[in-house]
Amino acid sequence: MKQHALGAWRVVVSFAILLGLWQLAWAFSTYPDSLFPSPGASLAAIGELAQKGRLWTDIAASMYRYVAGYALAAALGVLLGLVLGWFSRAWAYVNPVVQFIRPISPMAWLPFIVLLLGIGDIPAIAIVFIAAFFPVLIGTVSAVRAIDPIYLKVAKNFAVTGPRKIASIVLPAAFPQIMNSLRTAIGTAWIFLVAGEMVGAQTGLGYLIIDARNNLSADQLLAAIIVIGIIGFALDTTVRFIDTRVQRAWGREV
Amino acid sequence: MAFIEIEHAGKVYTNPAGEKFRALNDVNLEIERGEFVCLLGPSGCGKSTLLSALAGFDLATEGRVAVDGEEVRGPSPERVTIFQQYGLLPWRTVLGNVELGLEGRRGLSKAERDSTAYEYLALVGLEDFASAHPNELSGGMQQRVSIARGLAVNPEVLFMDEPFGALDAITRMKLQDDILRIAKETGKTVVFVTHDIEEAVYLSDRIVVMTPNPGRVKSVVEVPMSWGFRDRTSEDFVACRDKVFAIFNMKHEPEIEYVI
Repeated sequence: MKQHALGAWRVVVSFAILLGLWQLAWAFSTYPDSLFPSPGASLAAIGELAQKGRLWTDIAASMYRYVAGYALAAALGVLLGLVLGWFSRAWAYVNPVVQFIRPISPMAWLPFIVLLLGIGDIPAIAIVFIAAFFPVLIGTVSAVRAIDPIYLKVAKNFAVTGPRKIASIVLPAAFPQIMNSLRTAIGTAWIFLVAGEMVGAQTGLGYLIIDARNNLSADQLLAAIIVIGIIGFALDTTVRFIDTRVQRAWGREV
Repeated sequence: MAFIEIEHAGKVYTNPAGEKFRALNDVNLEIERGEFVCLLGPSGCGKSTLLSALAGFDLATEGRVAVDGEEVRGPSPERVTIFQQYGLLPWRTVLGNVELGLEGRRGLSKAERDSTAYEYLALVGLEDFASAHPNELSGGMQQRVSIARGLAVNPEVLFMDEPFGALDAITRMKLQDDILRIAKETGKTVVFVTHDIEEAVYLSDRIVVMTPNPGRVKSVVEVPMSWGFRDRTSEDFVACRDKVFAIFNMKHEPEIEYVI
């Protein structure tokens, strides 16, 4: 508990320093306020956006795309990863293509996706999917391959076979490592969601930034950035908490 | 016909380069039902290879290995192996671990599984730890859970692969007493791999002494003491231990010829 209190205190100090530096920079800045707003003005802009309701609809639009893309990527990535990790011969044929596609930034796909599917929810969902899918797939494959052979020997010895073996041995044995890759993907997917919405959407937090730029409202622009940061931070904290619980439940020191 | 029959069993590994390595050479051995037999020898003598062939994890490439009249073709719950690293599933409770082998059984309700699991947990003295997770237990306790899990499926035979090798000396002696008592109470056949001469003398009805290069059976020693009356300091015990020592001392390195 003391640890928690200390952690929270450090978070407060850390953000206080950030806001302090920003305030200082603003005080000494020669830019007009309309181009480089103060922290106060930016926070006020968040309040204003919230009051008008715009903030909530944009958050809702973004979260919908994020959850849809991420859930799809996680489900498919884990499922395919289990199969391909288990049948290592098949993986030998799939892996080269995965390694070829993986280093291509998800953003590179965006114009193509917009051409094919138009703007709206789909491009952003697709970007989130691409961003999350590969880390989850590769993490799951290596998790399955890294399963301690003794678990498989025990399964064989006690005649645990077929679907029961996947459900009660393979998946749980690989789960802590799969959880790690799910956690990595949470952050990456959030980064690319915003990028995707800046190009392929007319709602959402990414679009809010573009819209604020078009209206030359730097305070709203920074407000959007702050909100994006807060949600990303919350997502990561939540998943880290779950990850820690999982690792503990599996008997691993965290 | 003996319960376990090993006739001219051998094991040759071939590496990817096509080179062959002989791990086990022409083993002949019969083990009776209810016997406690130790496979004793230094590393590389093929004792674990032989156990693995009996358990069905890694089959013999030559000869015949049969348990209860049937040739061994793979692992089976009739023949449970206890590993040195326990092999417990860390995400399950102790009870969940002991029930692993019972879950696939048709017509066995959850309540029946529980009561069977508790029965064997009681046999190893861990009934109070049913809801603990393996990582909360000491090494000795974890090995007890693994033994309870093995016994819960009521196998014909227990194969134990240096099961107490990772434990400290005091805990090891305690578990040796336990496994002797359990083997006696349940009447199970036990084949036990060890490189510890004292352990082999303390536990066995017969000791199969093995030597390396290539792995083979050097001789078989009867231990003429009855169960429950083994005293590590008694004359009989020491005499038997010395006999085994003598067998190992007789295993000479190839005579070195000095050429000047």
